[in-house]
Amino acid sequence: MITSGIEEKTFVLNLGPQHPSTHGVLRVLLEMDGEYITAAEPVIGYGHRAHEHMAENRNYQQFLPNMGRVDYLHALAFNQGYCMAVEKLLGLEVPERAEYIRVITNELNRLTSHLLWFGAYLMDLGAFTPFLYCFDDREHILDLLDSLTGSRLTYCFYRFGGVPKDIDDDFISGTRAFIHRLRSRWADYDNLVTKNVIFIHRTKGVGLFTKEQCQLYGITGPSLRGSGIPYDIRKSEPYSAYPQFHFEIPIGENGDIYDRYIVRLREMEQSCRIIEQALNKLPKGPIMAEKVPKRIKPPEGEVYTAVETARGEFGIYIVSQGDVKPYRIKLRVPSFANLSLMVESFKDNLVADVVAILGSIDVVIPEIDR
Amino acid sequence: MDVLTHSLGSEGVRMIVGLIGVIALVSVNALFLIWMERKVAAHMQLRPGPMEVGPHGAIQTVCDAVKLMGKELITPEEVDKPIYYLAPIVVFLPVLLTFLVIPFSQTMVIKDLNVGIILILAFSSLSVLAILMAGWSSKNKYSVFGAIRSVAQNIAYEIPLLITVMSVILMVGSFKLTDIVVAQSRYWFILVQPLAFILYIICATAETNRTPFDLPEAESELVAGFHTEYSGMRFALFFLAEYTNMFIVSAVATVLFLGGWHGPILPGAIWFLLKVYALIFLIMWFRWTFPRVRFDQLVTFAWKILIPLSFVNLLLTALALKIF
Amino acid sequence: MINYFKEILVGFWSLLAGMAVTIRYFTKPIVTVQYPREKIKMSPAYRGYPRLIIDPETQTHRCIACEMCARICPSQLITVEGIKFPGEKQKRATKYVHEHYYCSLCGLCTEVCPTSALEYSDEYRLAGYHREDAVLDHLVILQLRQTAAGLPVTAIPSAEEIAAAAAAEAAAKEAKAKAAAAAKKPQAGEEVKE
Repeated sequence: MITSGIEEKTFVLNLGPQHPSTHGVLRVLLEMDGEYITAAEPVIGYGHRAHEHMAENRNYQQFLPNMGRVDYLHALAFNQGYCMAVEKLLGLEVPERAEYIRVITNELNRLTSHLLWFGAYLMDLGAFTPFLYCFDDREHILDLLDSLTGSRLTYCFYRFGGVPKDIDDDFISGTRAFIHRLRSRWADYDNLVTKNVIFIHRTKGVGLFTKEQCQLYGITGPSLRGSGIPYDIRKSEPYSAYPQFHFEIPIGENGDIYDRYIVRLREMEQSCRIIEQALNKLPKGPIMAEKVPKRIKPPEGEVYTAVETARGEFGIYIVSQGDVKPYRIKLRVPSFANLSLMVESFKDNLVADVVAILGSIDVVIPEIDR
Repeated sequence: MDVLTHSLGSEGVRMIVGLIGVIALVSVNALFLIWMERKVAAHMQLRPGPMEVGPHGAIQTVCDAVKLMGKELITPEEVDKPIYYLAPIVVFLPVLLTFLVIPFSQTMVIKDLNVGIILILAFSSLSVLAILMAGWSSKNKYSVFGAIRSVAQNIAYEIPLLITVMSVILMVGSFKLTDIVVAQSRYWFILVQPLAFILYIICATAETNRTPFDLPEAESELVAGFHTEYSGMRFALFFLAEYTNMFIVSAVATVLFLGGWHGPILPGAIWFLLKVYALIFLIMWFRWTFPRVRFDQLVTFAWKILIPLSFVNLLLTALALKIF
Repeated sequence: MINYFKEILVGFWSLLAGMAVTIRYFTKPIVTVQYPREKIKMSPAYRGYPRLIIDPETQTHRCIACEMCARICPSQLITVEGIKFPGEKQKRATKYVHEHYYCSLCGLCTEVCPTSALEYSDEYRLAGYHREDAVLDHLVILQLRQTAAGLPVTAIPSAEEIAAAAAAEAAAKEAKAKAAAAAKKPQAGEEVKE
């Protein structure tokens, strides 16, 4: 616990909650020796909205829009996790086509999240222009998702038992065109960022996460895979239609920022692959399960489901007592675990590295605060 | 005696006219450069930039300047007041003084000192003092970081800058800027000193605290660096000084490497300005392309790469001059 | 030594490659829209605030004031009041107020509506100077849209009309109850008898 720079040689720097690169309202207390950090402590909770408590006071459908607001950058994965949990409680079978639509939209949403991270991260490192290029790309996905779901950021699209709206030919051709466009941009991103000598020096060998540390702290997502552990819920505990697609789990070697960066870039390519396969194999059929009750009143029981979001494993645990409202909902969010290790890795780094490490984890503060 | 008063009179008139001209140039130039930076950034990022005020937003910066003048000057309670007030002035004065010796054309030079280049280098180092004053007096940790970084950075970069300039001086044998330009009437020195030119541009970017070397004000790390606590016109003065500094380093580069006012058809002053703005475009281009380097890497880069290379360049120049 | 120079050259080259990218984009046309001057057409699926549909047949709304939307709404921001007017089969909305500043645009209200009386508008300019600006009275908005479309305007029942309708309804209820009681009485009498 940092109270003040009592020791003569150190002082406390208050990074945030209104700092340009804490991506929201995270506050980190840094005990510093010159520009080097000797201890760090995050202070969270500025954006606490009591989502879990809200769940206890709302019925199952009314909690749906909340899920888009926990992690606003990958809202559909949270949507899906919640829908899957309730479907499991109700014993609903989701039609094949609905699962495919879920996978396509989910991966598109993952692309938006990674693209935004890419741009925002480069902005943390001081390069402004890649941010705008990513937003240009991201805008195309948002247009696609807008034409399907009707909103651009906090989607509330999936419903218990399927999806409310079918995809049409325009959406399919638009998605194909977008993937083609995105692939043509990789070379530019590589030249502008990945091969850039300044970028490489800023990221290689900085912010190392060892495998042991990752396992100890429960790190998931690209941050874990950057350290070389191929753990991805889409592969290890397949859900939805994911088992039907071929894709790889990119992993890094050293666990530094550069590896996490490369993992995310390759993941974007894998998402493109999944979307293409899903579009090719899209089955015909209904998009909503039959016999979805009007009044969602699951039987007594407990259920846990996990999905892979852009930041890692999102788990949702629902306890039902046979009421229209859940008795308790617990959200396991990836950024919270990731943040705890990140603070560990701040030690003996420069302030500039703090910004680089913080960005490389891709934290979403509302998700941590919930 | 008569001759003396006559020459003094003309000198005095020249100085006054020059001073007015310089102040006008500095403010117009800064307004133009800020507008240019916005436009360059915008078009590199596939957006139009300011478009609303005036044709293509040309008056936007004027509006901003008026806004900044109208703003309240906030003085935080804890600051070291005399130094805090003085810093924006100290940052601006040396910038004005360096205009004394810049030769816009054969005749358009206020005072053609025979130590012109030394004067420019000496005064441009003074801006570090101002940044240190601003950062230190602000009593803000981020400001202090900015100040400390700025000092370390400028010390590291002034050495290679001087050595690269030296290799050009060796070729001309004079510190006088007009002499250097005249020496380039046949060919520009960039052709014989390409390495020196590259080194100079890198050092100049670091001198003016521009990305990728904008550590003193690194936005994503230090909020706003040394001018975090400044507002209104005081902040504007720092801004003005930054852009004017950019003009000066580009002007010096034009004099040293790009043949100053030499050029066909158009008048010399126009050629000079064209070259200067081309170099400024280059520096802006850096800013909107590269990420920021880390502080220790910056110093490492200066000591391990720039200084050895500039020494090698100086040696080679001396050797070539001896042989030919 | 060779590595030293190689590193410098490779690094320098990578910087040039980056600069080549930005200068190429510098010459490309811009992709943004100057907002107030140019506007993008909203996609047909766009979720603006939910509003009442104008039924092409009756040229008015279909709301029967069943309050399903009000009940499903996660933020409980819909207030619906309705009453059965004499001579009509179903209830009709007399008040439909949507406090849009709480709305999360989840769309549950439009999905739950039994008469499909709600749709999403394509209105995205929702800024206002007061909190009250975001309180949307849908019957008023419906009138404005009807006027714009040149349709007959659906009148909003006044307080007196509502009171009269309520009184009529109460009277009808009473009469019905009386009739029921009257129909029941003989039976009750029979029971007592036995």
